Amino acid sequence: MLIDVHAHFFHDRSGRADWRERNRSRLDAGARIGIRCHVASILGSWGHTSPTYFPSPADLTEANAALRGLVAEHGPRIRGYVAVNPNHTGHAVAELEAGVAGGMIGLKLAASRRADDPLLDPLCEAARRLRLPVLHHIWQFRRREWPGQEASDGVELCRLAARHPAVSFILAHIGGGGDWLHTLRAVRHAPNVLLDLSGSGVDGGMLEGALRAVGAERLLWGADVTLCTGWAKLRYLERLLPPADFALVSGGNAVRIFPPGAFA
Amino acid sequence: MIDVNAFLGSYPWRRVPGTSPDALRAALDRTGISRAWVTHLPGLFWKDPAEGNGWLFDVVAREPRFRAVATIHPGLPHWEEDLTAAAAAGAVAVRADPGLLGLAPAGAEMLALVRAAAAMDLPLLSAVRLEDGRGRHPLDVAPELAPWAVRQWLRADPAVRIVITHADRGFIEEVHHGSTPAEAARIWWDISWVWGPPDDHLAHLLATIGPARFLFGSGQPLRLAETPGARLDLLSLSPADRAAITLENAASLERRRSPSG
Repeated sequence: MLIDVHAHFFHDRSGRADWRERNRSRLDAGARIGIRCHVASILGSWGHTSPTYFPSPADLTEANAALRGLVAEHGPRIRGYVAVNPNHTGHAVAELEAGVAGGMIGLKLAASRRADDPLLDPLCEAARRLRLPVLHHIWQFRRREWPGQEASDGVELCRLAARHPAVSFILAHIGGGGDWLHTLRAVRHAPNVLLDLSGSGVDGGMLEGALRAVGAERLLWGADVTLCTGWAKLRYLERLLPPADFALVSGGNAVRIFPPGAFA
Repeated sequence: MIDVNAFLGSYPWRRVPGTSPDALRAALDRTGISRAWVTHLPGLFWKDPAEGNGWLFDVVAREPRFRAVATIHPGLPHWEEDLTAAAAAGAVAVRADPGLLGLAPAGAEMLALVRAAAAMDLPLLSAVRLEDGRGRHPLDVAPELAPWAVRQWLRADPAVRIVITHADRGFIEEVHHGSTPAEAARIWWDISWVWGPPDDHLAHLLATIGPARFLFGSGQPLRLAETPGARLDLLSLSPADRAAITLENAASLERRRSPSG
């Protein structure tokens, strides 16, 4: 079972005239690759009416509702993360609970607040209570501040993960920009942090390094916004890994950390 | 399939597996690539990059699936002799990456190389980048190649033929649509940095610019050899268009370099 743990969709308030075509393109490519389920989020209005990484509560409510609509429309091909902005704690927790009641299976934290900030604790506690994994946007080795986001790196996510050992954290897109070698060191001793392999990066040695750092049990396949590079990594892993390990990375680990029955 | 964007030898900024000739050959087997244009990777960072060309020519002479891309530093004395040596050794192209060489991208040295390569009917190859800029080593501060420089190269000699690797959609469009049709017909782009779904940049470029301008390239072993094949498999290409991108466009560049051609 191939599960993409890091997907995105657009909606009619994304500020893109081609939002339907992009969603269709993802689903068509997924069908060609053999993706059984796209576990997706929508980051507010994608910058149209509030910043992508600092989305307003109203935009998040719209986006999460739009994603629930896509899940309803496409059935088991799409599952959803509830995207929230931790700076609005009350709204975030309420959005999370409403999302789970509507069938969402994970929590998406992007870059509205540093990963190790105490403001994230109530959300992680809610994730534990609701048995949800947390997908956290990561800049692989943040050497400085970057415009447009309050980015976090692996060290900062691991601090959060250490405070919530019963929650599974998905460190986003090791191929998504930045120095993944730093991340691989950061997560070595963080057993509840899994790496998602998505991103446009297909650096030689990255997948071998990830395997050495955390083993097949803590790797999750995903594509993010470039399905071509996701498929390339999948093809390489199929040659690199024994079948049992490949099954874990391509979907088995996702089945383990998401709520029971999430992919039924 | 011909991979026009492959390397041999170690990379200075991190450990990369699969950099030996045997490993590259195995990667070609694994991905169904028949032959590869190869650059001596360490030489790109040497003060005199041409010192790596001799080793490269020796390897290529023993391996029929490799074609040499010789590196030329047009800021060094008597660099023209390196160009002559490359042609004599049967190099399929020469390359210069001005950011790595510390040269002005459209300065007198680079334009002299453009003209000399054109005079010898050798394609000039250059990379926009080798790695994602967000992940480079702190000391790896060489500037990326800029589209305006490539436009200057195209205009510097009406006979020059240029191959650019690791360019994204925006770069390609800026050069293509910023050139006359005659100029744009003398440049080829590898698909190693052009994204597929859901934004479908490659499909868009093939529809607007046409498959005649594109080459199959991976950047291996710095990047996975599987990537361009996966990218093409996500398109609905006619067999003729796919053959042009994976084989025929590069083969036509190679034929110009054959002894009979």
